[in-house]
Amino acid sequence: MRLRSVWAVLFVALSLLAAACAGGGTDTTADASDPAATGSEPAAGATGEDLSGQTIEAAAVWTGAEQESFEAVLAQFEEQTGADVTFTSTGDDVAAVLGTRIEGGEPPDVAILPQPGLLADLAEQDALQPIEDVVGSLVDENYAPVWRELGSVDGELYGLWFKAANKSTMWFNTASFTDAGVTPPATWEELQSNAETLLASGVTPFSVGGADGWTLTDWFENVYLRTAGAEQYDKLIAHEIPWTDDSVKTALERLAEVFGEEDWIAGGASGALQTDFPTSVTQVYGDPNDAAIVYEGDFVAGVISGETEAELGTDADFFEFPAIDGSPSAVVGAGDVAVLLKDSPGGQALLRYLATPEAAAVWAGRGGYTSPNKNVDASAYPDEISARSAEALTTAEIFRFDLSDLQPAAFGGTPGQGLFQLFQDFLRNPDDIDAITEKMEQAASKAFK
Amino acid sequence: MAETSVGRPAVATAGPAAPAEATAGPRRPRFGRDALVTVGFLLPALLLLGAVVVYPIVFTVVRSLYDANGDTFVGLANYQEMFTSPRTLQALQNNVIWVVFAPSIVTALGLIFAVLSERVRWSTAFKVTVFMPMAISFLASGVIFRLVFEDTPERGLANAAVSLVSDVFREPGRYPGAQPSGDALTATPDGGFATEATFQPGDTAALGLVRIPAALVPDDAQEAVAAPPTAADAITGTVWLDFTRGGGGQAGAVDPSEQGLPGVTVEAVGPDGTVAASATSGADGAFAVEGMSGGPYALRLTPGAFREPFGGVTWLGPALVTPAIITAFVWMWAGFAMVVIGAGLASIPREVLEAARVDGASEWQVFRRITVPLLAPVLLVVLVTLMINVLKIFDLVLVLAPGSVQDTANVVALEMYRVSFGGARDQGLGSALAILLFLLVLPAMAFNIKRFLAEQ
Repeated sequence: MRLRSVWAVLFVALSLLAAACAGGGTDTTADASDPAATGSEPAAGATGEDLSGQTIEAAAVWTGAEQESFEAVLAQFEEQTGADVTFTSTGDDVAAVLGTRIEGGEPPDVAILPQPGLLADLAEQDALQPIEDVVGSLVDENYAPVWRELGSVDGELYGLWFKAANKSTMWFNTASFTDAGVTPPATWEELQSNAETLLASGVTPFSVGGADGWTLTDWFENVYLRTAGAEQYDKLIAHEIPWTDDSVKTALERLAEVFGEEDWIAGGASGALQTDFPTSVTQVYGDPNDAAIVYEGDFVAGVISGETEAELGTDADFFEFPAIDGSPSAVVGAGDVAVLLKDSPGGQALLRYLATPEAAAVWAGRGGYTSPNKNVDASAYPDEISARSAEALTTAEIFRFDLSDLQPAAFGGTPGQGLFQLFQDFLRNPDDIDAITEKMEQAASKAFK
Repeated sequence: MAETSVGRPAVATAGPAAPAEATAGPRRPRFGRDALVTVGFLLPALLLLGAVVVYPIVFTVVRSLYDANGDTFVGLANYQEMFTSPRTLQALQNNVIWVVFAPSIVTALGLIFAVLSERVRWSTAFKVTVFMPMAISFLASGVIFRLVFEDTPERGLANAAVSLVSDVFREPGRYPGAQPSGDALTATPDGGFATEATFQPGDTAALGLVRIPAALVPDDAQEAVAAPPTAADAITGTVWLDFTRGGGGQAGAVDPSEQGLPGVTVEAVGPDGTVAASATSGADGAFAVEGMSGGPYALRLTPGAFREPFGGVTWLGPALVTPAIITAFVWMWAGFAMVVIGAGLASIPREVLEAARVDGASEWQVFRRITVPLLAPVLLVVLVTLMINVLKIFDLVLVLAPGSVQDTANVVALEMYRVSFGGARDQGLGSALAILLFLLVLPAMAFNIKRFLAEQ
């Protein structure tokens, strides 16, 4: 008797719930048709739209602190529009996760990809929605032209760059600079004369994390982008010119002007080859410090604040990778690009929102983030250093992706193989440029086969 | 278990062999009910073994005949590439070094520890301490030894120990790494500096040095004197740090606020190469080599003040990386060898040892002629087990060798991993390497199995 009544109650509850859901469902569709009509309307849209009851799914590789920060960005969107955005973290293997979802016909509305190569792959598979009508004008308004180019595949805009990293920053110990009486250099020659002066003052100029090959390829990429120019850089990425090309040799010769000076590198070449990246940073900010300058991307700031006693801005500062022979301002970097996988009004609205400085400002304020959006106010960043690094990135005349990231993994991304290993060999013996470029070319042709 | 021969240390008895013999024992018609029952009992084990052992082996053999993607049959091309690649050859060479040295060192140490721990009072504590590293994973001990083998003596335990000893015999100077600031001085082969110009008594010399960190300038150092007093029978001058803190100084000139370098010995060398006299610089860097006549003299700064402190051995550099990793391995496994050998030692009949002692054998003779021969079977088992273990060494090398020397420290198992799951993802070649490793382990395995069977 009692049991039966329980069932009855359950049944009633369930049917009520079903009714509620059905009601919600019709509401959603009604709402959805509304913004879709105004979908092509630019700028003002993002904040003003009412998307209450809609659910949107956004996927990205971020986890931990980055995920929290991105969820804060999404929370502001939810507040403004009433939409319900769920975040899915894909983990490291974003290609596999998205590939399965696309295959299954249930992709997330918006995905944020960490590799430009993936953008091209997905666009070629027709998995992406063109977004010219959605954010085209916002991109022109908020971004330098290079970002439209980088977000386009065959002239069609598919990607909106939301996050970027600046890998053209040289970090220095301010006390060492003051002590030696040198100021941050703007040119390669100044960098060399600074190094001489620093050495005379009793501190080794450079710290190089050569046990990790990627720090060395990053050095090379910055030098190459400056000596060979963006066009050659793109050709080298695609392996349209061989690694034995004169432009590569010239860049290596310039690089050898630093790597070839045994006294300029903490521990000499053999010491550098034993130094991993975090150590290369900590030895610039130890007490006493073993070196004055360490080159790597903006993420060095995180190592400084996390693993050393040095105070960013007072003990530690950075300057942009110096120009070589009057090269224009150039930044090598990385970035995350937002793409639209479903032609849903909610997804479109989210993309429009991500293109605004307001969205970027949320994450910028939380730190650990650089926006490629040039209209993000410097005051949005938590400190002067990240603001300056972001400014260098958004105003650079040339922006290019990390070259080694764009190579086949066996050639450009595997410890102990390909470029990583060959640049370690180069650091060990910077004199025989012909032989080393020969080996690079061999490895490249094998990988591009 | 009861049939294990008396007096023999019962190291291991092969489980599966027992039922096999039991079925072979009673001679009955082959296809009877008994056979069915036997098959019924064996089937689950056979299926399991087939699924987790036989099938993977067969699959790996087949996979090794295909290319990286696994869809084109390439015959023996992977094997050809494997045996022509310098990386594999380096890996094989390292494996040979490992197999020759690591198991024998571990077994020898284990034997010594086992025999000695029988004699010491705190033998349990000693055994526990030596055995403790076995409780640590390869990965963790790799990380530990990464720290031990750090390059700089300030950070690495091994180098700290070496530098402690070497500094006793070779005291580092006050101004290591100093270099002359201009052309006045040039380096001499012994690590000191000498002037090319020559001086007469009554002359003064400005001997500027750079590349000295502010922290190394002694607290009692004073501002350098620009014009030290001259004397008719002396060569005077200044040894100073020719670098203005904050910049702005002029090289070769004693600028205001530049500091003298006390404690540098200056020698006046005559034309015939003999040292006529010497002096030591004061707090303001001034020196006066007195009692001079004739000339001309060259000035020399003796190397003592500029001797570099011990910079540390690059343990994980190309030259020493494999011995260094083997050391870490020995640290881990010595305890294992000690415990197994200790168990064997306990089962040696005491009467034999005592009889030998009564007959007047020395302890060394007892060890050499009685203990070791009686322990030989155990030592062999330990040695072979370690050989198998060492052939598939992987994680210690992966963690301990920095990226820049992983090629030098390469071993077959690591190469297999790097080829199959590193950037290239060539699992065809990786499978070929796996088969190679399998074939290398096979003789040792066969030997062990044969021994187990013989012991039955």
